[in-house]
Amino acid sequence: MFDLFARVFGRDDASKEVAKERLRLVLVHDRASLSPQALENLKNDLVKVISQYLDIDDQGFQVDFSRHDDAMALVANIPIRRKAATNRNSL
Amino acid sequence: MGEAIVITSGKGGVGKTTTTANIGAGLAQAGQRVALIDADIGLRNLDVVMGLENRIVYDLVDVVEGFAKLKHALIKDKRFENLYLLPAAQTRDKTAVSPDQMRDLVGEMKQEFDFVLIDCPAGIEQGFKNAVAGSDKAVVVATPEVSSVRDADRIIGLLEAEEKHHPSLIVNRIRPSMVKKGDMMDIDDMIEILAIDLLGVVPDDEFIVVSTNRGEPAVLNPASRAGEAYRNITRRLMGENVPMMKLDDEGQGFIGRLRKMMGLKG
Repeated sequence: MFDLFARVFGRDDASKEVAKERLRLVLVHDRASLSPQALENLKNDLVKVISQYLDIDDQGFQVDFSRHDDAMALVANIPIRRKAATNRNSL
Repeated sequence: MGEAIVITSGKGGVGKTTTTANIGAGLAQAGQRVALIDADIGLRNLDVVMGLENRIVYDLVDVVEGFAKLKHALIKDKRFENLYLLPAAQTRDKTAVSPDQMRDLVGEMKQEFDFVLIDCPAGIEQGFKNAVAGSDKAVVVATPEVSSVRDADRIIGLLEAEEKHHPSLIVNRIRPSMVKKGDMMDIDDMIEILAIDLLGVVPDDEFIVVSTNRGEPAVLNPASRAGEAYRNITRRLMGENVPMMKLDDEGQGFIGRLRKMMGLKG
């Protein structure tokens, strides 16, 4: 009965979802011809450079690829720490 | 002046040769003048799938090296007057032919035929480059499996690098019952991941094995589901607008209708 229920409403653990997720990750690296290790190195270098200018949160720093149709983009999400000193009037 | 279409996939065993044979026979049945080229030098198979293995005298390499004239190497099909096969050499390897030679050969064949279909070998090396060289258009075959989709993605990138833009996709061996259960990627998943136009969907069909055993392409069998899918693909290649085949026939019961009513997707 549960199986029937699960089928009617779709399962989160369906193996095709696993397949899609794994593919998405592997294709990002294939498409950029960049290994996960190289991406990690790139990220560390970026942190180093940007840190010279801004106080950034290197824990929340994310670098990833995204693809729209034929174009690939490198997307970096870089959280900047708000220092007490730079407090700009409360909103 | 005809059109040259390369059938490729990257991964082996996903149905390139079967697809080439079926589209070729389908186009010929529809009255087009068709030539098939087996570009898999050293591992020829299109001849057996077409049931023409006993008629080979000369091959692709013989033609390229000037040993034989093209018209002497082309094998006429048993069933259709207007269908020919240029077999691969079996005792040579991919380096026996260069992309430039292939471009010249395919160009020559396009003068004589409406469609020249090139069956590409698996892999991404010289065999691929040779097969792609003379083509105007590329068709990528992939099955709904992680390994096949990954390789298809790689091939799409390499086609782009060879200036072969806008390839189209044939999803092969899809199993509607597994898709329904969520245990197989569906067409939309694959198109989304690969960002490519869909040319056709071929359901998994045991009859393909039977047809290969006999050397008779399934497209010629009116009862075969895969054959029907290939007939649709053939018509699309001739410029017709044919809707995609409904794959939810099996198991289209109460649940299926209920889900449709509720707008839920599998």
